[in-house]
Amino acid sequence: MKTDSPFREIDPQSDHVLVRFEEEDLMLPLGENLAGALLVAGVMPFRHTPVSGAPRGPFCMMGACYDCLVLIDGMTVQACMLQVAEGMKVGMPSADRVHDV
Amino acid sequence: MYNVDLIIIGAGPAGMSAARRAAELGISVLILDEQPVAGGQIYRNVDRASAVRSDILGKEYTHGLALTKGLHHDNITLLKGAVVWQIEEGTRVAFTQNGTGALAVGKRILLATGALERPMPLSGWTLPGVMTAGAAQILLKQSGIACQGAVLVGSGPLLYLIATQMVRAGVPPLALIETQTTRDLLRSMRHLGGALRGWPYLVKGLRMLWELRRAGIPRHVGATGITIEGDQAAQAISFYIGKSAHRIECDTVLLHHGVIPNTQAARSIDIPHLWDAAQNCFVPECDAWGRSAVATVFIAGDGAGIGGAKAAAFAGEIAALEIAHDLEGISRPDRDAAARKLRKHLAIECAARPFIDAAYPPYAGAIAPQDATIICRCEEVTAGDIRRFAGLGCLGPNQAKAFGRSGMGPCQGRYCGLSVSQILATANNISLDDTGYYRIRPPLKPVTMGELAAMAASEINEVKE
Amino acid sequence: MKQPRYAQWSQTSAAAWAGFAAELSDATGHDLGLEQNGGYDLHFSEESLEATVSQYEVLKEKLGGDYPFEVLGHNALRREEPAIGPKVVGAILHRQDGHANPLNLLRALADDVRRLGGQVLTGKHVTHADKPDLFRVSCADGTEVHARKIVLSAGLGAMSLGPVLGFKAPIRPQRGQVMITEKLPKLINRPSLIARQTDEGGIQIGATNEEVGLNNGVTQTGLSGLAAEAVAAFPSLAKAQLVRSWGALRILSPDGLPIYQESPDMPGAYLVTCHSGVTLAAAHARFLPDWLEGTDGAPNLEAFSEDRFTLS
Repeated sequence: MKTDSPFREIDPQSDHVLVRFEEEDLMLPLGENLAGALLVAGVMPFRHTPVSGAPRGPFCMMGACYDCLVLIDGMTVQACMLQVAEGMKVGMPSADRVHDV
Repeated sequence: MYNVDLIIIGAGPAGMSAARRAAELGISVLILDEQPVAGGQIYRNVDRASAVRSDILGKEYTHGLALTKGLHHDNITLLKGAVVWQIEEGTRVAFTQNGTGALAVGKRILLATGALERPMPLSGWTLPGVMTAGAAQILLKQSGIACQGAVLVGSGPLLYLIATQMVRAGVPPLALIETQTTRDLLRSMRHLGGALRGWPYLVKGLRMLWELRRAGIPRHVGATGITIEGDQAAQAISFYIGKSAHRIECDTVLLHHGVIPNTQAARSIDIPHLWDAAQNCFVPECDAWGRSAVATVFIAGDGAGIGGAKAAAFAGEIAALEIAHDLEGISRPDRDAAARKLRKHLAIECAARPFIDAAYPPYAGAIAPQDATIICRCEEVTAGDIRRFAGLGCLGPNQAKAFGRSGMGPCQGRYCGLSVSQILATANNISLDDTGYYRIRPPLKPVTMGELAAMAASEINEVKE
Repeated sequence: MKQPRYAQWSQTSAAAWAGFAAELSDATGHDLGLEQNGGYDLHFSEESLEATVSQYEVLKEKLGGDYPFEVLGHNALRREEPAIGPKVVGAILHRQDGHANPLNLLRALADDVRRLGGQVLTGKHVTHADKPDLFRVSCADGTEVHARKIVLSAGLGAMSLGPVLGFKAPIRPQRGQVMITEKLPKLINRPSLIARQTDEGGIQIGATNEEVGLNNGVTQTGLSGLAAEAVAAFPSLAKAQLVRSWGALRILSPDGLPIYQESPDMPGAYLVTCHSGVTLAAAHARFLPDWLEGTDGAPNLEAFSEDRFTLS
């Protein structure tokens, strides 16, 4: 799921901390927007839809579209509405229900 | 439970200026905002943005610092990260903050919920790598993240603004694919006289175009037949200029063809809305003070009709004056005198609007999308599905839910509602006003069952002043 | 559910559902998501479980033993429903219960009526009906429809149109707030009145029973109450996101059962109203036409006539 990201930080400010996305260890900027940090780290897609299994990633970045949903602590939450915390474990929601990817 | 005079939902320009004005008139104010820092989307993260970022984003952005500073007032409580999910009785607001549900009661409520990007359903718009242009700008404001090799698609001043900011950030876009036509520009000329009152906007527009030209950014104007290609993610975009086919390989596509009022909260309490043909969107019915049909609820800023950040700030203050007058914080003559000045500024701010709206109309190919194009991103319902529902006698968006689940996913119809209404109106040959819009129900945003269940207990009724 | 004739009628419908669903899917291509593996009546106390069981025993006796149900204690229930919480002491399992996807049913019926040559006029507001010769139905937009027979199945609209056609139509709205979670992996196997998982993954919770007239709003207290009960039954639901809710108005007669009545004043006009249109869809599609046409095979629906409201 990791690719060369077209996204980059122009003025890095924060210390980087360990965050797990699915099976992968990432170093992400502490306290920064989680969706943005995952994009810079090359994570894509963020999830597959429960309807058709289609891949999705952040779309609106303002908490309105619900396409950047990730699974944290058993809850599906919007990555664009969260900040990076040390030791965060992030998963793709409902991965076990994905049909025909 | 919070108990105040005025609850403001949204800490953007309208909400912040209303809060300050009301607080100065002795009104106790509670602002609920979803973001970790006040500012709304336009001034997002302005308090924390670095000098580098602020230079890229420009003076229009740092202007927001005056508004965020204004929130430091004893009469103002700002709750950050507070997601509102229900409004009842015109006075009672349920929200979640830090994973806990809570209630606030106010004598008046001001909805300052701003705008959303106009949905731009194109073939391939759900692919990873396709975002709104606003999303790219938020990444820049919020996180100092810039995107290399993107293609900007659509129309309107925001497209140029983001393009110039990307140039300044050292990540110029590959190209602008613009959907407005020369005919649109000609048609807009009749509004030019009025627009001259708002001349700073016109000058700014011309300066941005000049900046893009100097940076050598290709602009493809009058594009049609736009399709985003890709299997697991965006890989290319193809389009026509006249009869000639074009294709650009890219992994990021940024869409924008205007913004529309975010009316979810207003609709959830049955405030009537009307179709605004000039702005191509529904707007809530309000009086000149922003008061809605629910007498205790006011609406200000882009949520009441698109006017931009500065107009929103003036409208917020105007609403605050009337709210303070309701609550005996200001006399009628003082209210009117203060409002007169604000309305003059507001008129100047809005002067260029009709010209901009006419020159940069929504992309026709996204207003009447091809049958295979997904309209409801959550439930993956296509334009063809919706037309088929019309064939089964489906007259409005609420029936479209029952026929095929459009608008029933977590985004609550935010990114399909307008498209569904427009497709049905066209298919049934019924006006937009008669077609209507989704009935918006709580929760305005998803809330966990655990949070809801915890509120069944009584301790939440403890009063916090 | 405790009235013998209604229990029979809904059993008849349940038995016809599989064939009805298969026929409708074949004709229209819509999968109705029918599952008939039984459903639960969940109980949080031994007292309420026992009291309900004894009511069902009485019903079973009245029906000559033809009313299958089983009582499951907590452990037996847990084997069937691993997500059940410790507060649930047990359940009554009705083997004949099931559920279907109501939205797919709606769409399939809308397709099939047209496929079979039915005309459907939508967006019509019926203002009057009379019988100068044939029945004449008048709409607000000037449309008039003439027919030999007329079935009034207008839901709560029968409150005003019923008397026009000679019915008492003693119905009232009763609000049921319902909510739906995001689409989740399989968590609940069999439906209950507290929670059921649809074929699309969303979990439907509720409903309330509220006498609030025609107000179909949703209240935070209503939602919180439903959420608390659902989380008590299935604790892992606490982490599920609620994405939708609505207030629906049940169409209730004084005893809560359906009304099937031919108009005494205007023969050929029939009132059909119920609040379990999905359960009864198969019976309405398969057997009601015989009753409307007065054929020999017509079901005996005497028990559901309006007379019952004057006699008692």
